[in-house]
Amino acid sequence: MSVPSRNFAYTGTERPVADVVRDALGPRFSVVPARRSRTLRRTWLDTFDWRLHRAGLTLECVTGHGPAELVLSDTGGGRITAAANGTHWPAPADGLPSGPLRDRLAGLTFVRALLPAAKAASTVSEFRLRNDDDKTVAWLTVDRLHAAGPAADPPARLSVTAVRGYTGQAERIGRCLAAQPGMAAAELAPLDAVLATEGRVPGEYTNKITVELTPAMPASMALAAVLTRLLDTLTANVAGTIRDIDTEFLHDLRVSVRRTRTALKLGAGLLPPGLADRYAPGFKWLGDLTTPTRDLDVYLLSFDAMAAGLTSASPADLAPFHGHLARQRAVAQRRLARALRSARFTALLADWRGELTRTAPPRRGPDAAQAAARIIRRAHRRVLIRGSAITPESPPENLHDLRKRCKELRYSLEFFASLYDPPALRRAVRELKDLQDCLGTYQDCQVQQEEIRVIAADMLAAGDVPATALLAMGDLASHIGQRERTARGEFASRFTAFASQHAQARFRALVAGAGS
Amino acid sequence: MRIVATYNIKGGVGKTAAAVNLSHLAARDGLRVLLADLDPQAAASYLFRVRPRVKGGGAALIRGSRDLDKAIKGTDFERLDLLPADFTFRNLDLILDATKRPAQRLARLLRPLRASYDLVFLDCPPGISLLSESVLYAADLVLAPIIPTTLSLRTLDQLTEFIAGMNGHRPAVLAFCSMIDRRKRLHKEIAERLPAERDDVAATAIPALSMVERMAVDRAPVTAFAPRSAGARAYASLWAEVRARVG
Repeated sequence: MSVPSRNFAYTGTERPVADVVRDALGPRFSVVPARRSRTLRRTWLDTFDWRLHRAGLTLECVTGHGPAELVLSDTGGGRITAAANGTHWPAPADGLPSGPLRDRLAGLTFVRALLPAAKAASTVSEFRLRNDDDKTVAWLTVDRLHAAGPAADPPARLSVTAVRGYTGQAERIGRCLAAQPGMAAAELAPLDAVLATEGRVPGEYTNKITVELTPAMPASMALAAVLTRLLDTLTANVAGTIRDIDTEFLHDLRVSVRRTRTALKLGAGLLPPGLADRYAPGFKWLGDLTTPTRDLDVYLLSFDAMAAGLTSASPADLAPFHGHLARQRAVAQRRLARALRSARFTALLADWRGELTRTAPPRRGPDAAQAAARIIRRAHRRVLIRGSAITPESPPENLHDLRKRCKELRYSLEFFASLYDPPALRRAVRELKDLQDCLGTYQDCQVQQEEIRVIAADMLAAGDVPATALLAMGDLASHIGQRERTARGEFASRFTAFASQHAQARFRALVAGAGS
Repeated sequence: MRIVATYNIKGGVGKTAAAVNLSHLAARDGLRVLLADLDPQAAASYLFRVRPRVKGGGAALIRGSRDLDKAIKGTDFERLDLLPADFTFRNLDLILDATKRPAQRLARLLRPLRASYDLVFLDCPPGISLLSESVLYAADLVLAPIIPTTLSLRTLDQLTEFIAGMNGHRPAVLAFCSMIDRRKRLHKEIAERLPAERDDVAATAIPALSMVERMAVDRAPVTAFAPRSAGARAYASLWAEVRARVG
């Protein structure tokens, strides 16, 4: 049974912590060293988007005298440990030794790799706290963290953990410690304390557009804030994309580029004259660079699920096809990494940041609420017009075009999210997402079918494809075709729901309610 | 969760010393262990420095008005908990007698602890009573210390006969020679002969050593304060045999 601990931060430096504790607890309790102090190397791990932190979990790789150990703890005091077995970080959870710890992490981190979030050395001393029967009633752990950087170390952390059945005495110990000068309840967990020495906080990265706009602020300043935030997200994902740590770095980078292009297109009038036109080609170049790798990522990520659906072939027959896709992806990734290291890319981001920094409040112009309403209404109207024009006979290009307009609308809602009523906004996004999912499946299926045709021809020309693989690829194409037809068949009802009178009325009310 | 009862009809044969040292060794081996001190003399509680007091006494535990779980105390050793004795445990027979199916009562009370512990030791008072019947019904293995004398051997036969006559669940029995006085030829002879003659007698014999008696002074298992002593080595050897039987 786990017993929660009471944690203190001790900021005093004049006397050893053990002496302070002895004075605080004596003569009622004695403080007895339980073992020799030990120094540990601690590496906290999380996904780049802090999925473990958001789920209330902390994962550490702890190295002392023995082999490195992984410790996964939750806020309720639960702990799972596993041998690290020489894992090198970044690593996917799937690459950890099998067992309860890997099982707990695999689903939560899916697609993302675990990578070091912070590092510190830690000197840990443990003491038994004994009552007048010389019975250990609580354990005291003193943890001195030494952060890697030049900043001052966090205060010593004291944890008092009651032995089962002695909670009352442990609480008394806690009260005695709390009364000591320099002793305060520890507000920061060890990871948070180490990050704080670097001016960081856990959960600092998100790909969401977390800017707080006000309805009355100048629209140009609001748009500049959004664009700056997008540039920050893009920049944060460059290193991970180049190192190919996991596929989500590229995904988030690509989304930032798309959002930037949408903001330049829909908000061009709010920016200094000519600025959008000057930068649109650069961001188009960047977006196009990311397409081949991302398309192949989408294919490979869904590959196992698609292969499992084969009817007349075995998933193993697709191995040559999978190998071909993986090789293509490696080539595309190298090309992408080269471009992201290029002078053109570096200059694009540096110049763009300079432009955004120079944005000054205009003497006159619309406020954020007015501009947001205009941009969102226009994007919404475009979706309604393009969608209404689609019939069962419409060519795929029309649906692809509608998908782009839907993305523009979605991004516009995200740019100005802080101006709107959150529940109403969530509902509008959910309704739009239903339509987007259908269009996305339709287009992904089209891309994948085309890819199969091209790759089959390449493999055949190279003469390195067994007949079983070609048959399996045919089977796969047929299944993808079936999914494509299903998505196409669902389009009419999804669009009807999105464009219903009720949904439109809700949308109008949402946009009209900015800042209210 | 497996349950081992240290039990003998006779008193003063080394039941508590065995329960305390084996539970410590089991916890040191990584098992989650509970030692239940059912003896109102509270020797096991004393050795672990836990005050022999249970809120509501034995009646509250047996009747179920107080959860067993809430009466458990942590010892000074990782993974080893103790259900302390209480002076009211002297009346456990009477309390059990007032319940339905008294023989099965202890097994039922221990059932909710299955998820929390791998191994439970029941340190029982001597005698044949309703409590011993309940203990035997709950146990997977009865670990019976015997002093190698003719009279003590009779009590082992009495125990095995009693178990053979039980309805339904019957625990396995493992006796071991305890408190061997190396100066006595009879002790040595019986301690050597018995394991060869009987499957239910462990090969390990626990000698009578002053270091084992020191447990009452140090108030800790000999396996903790003198892990390399002859006494601790003997208990380690006995634990290996017990572990092989309980799996």
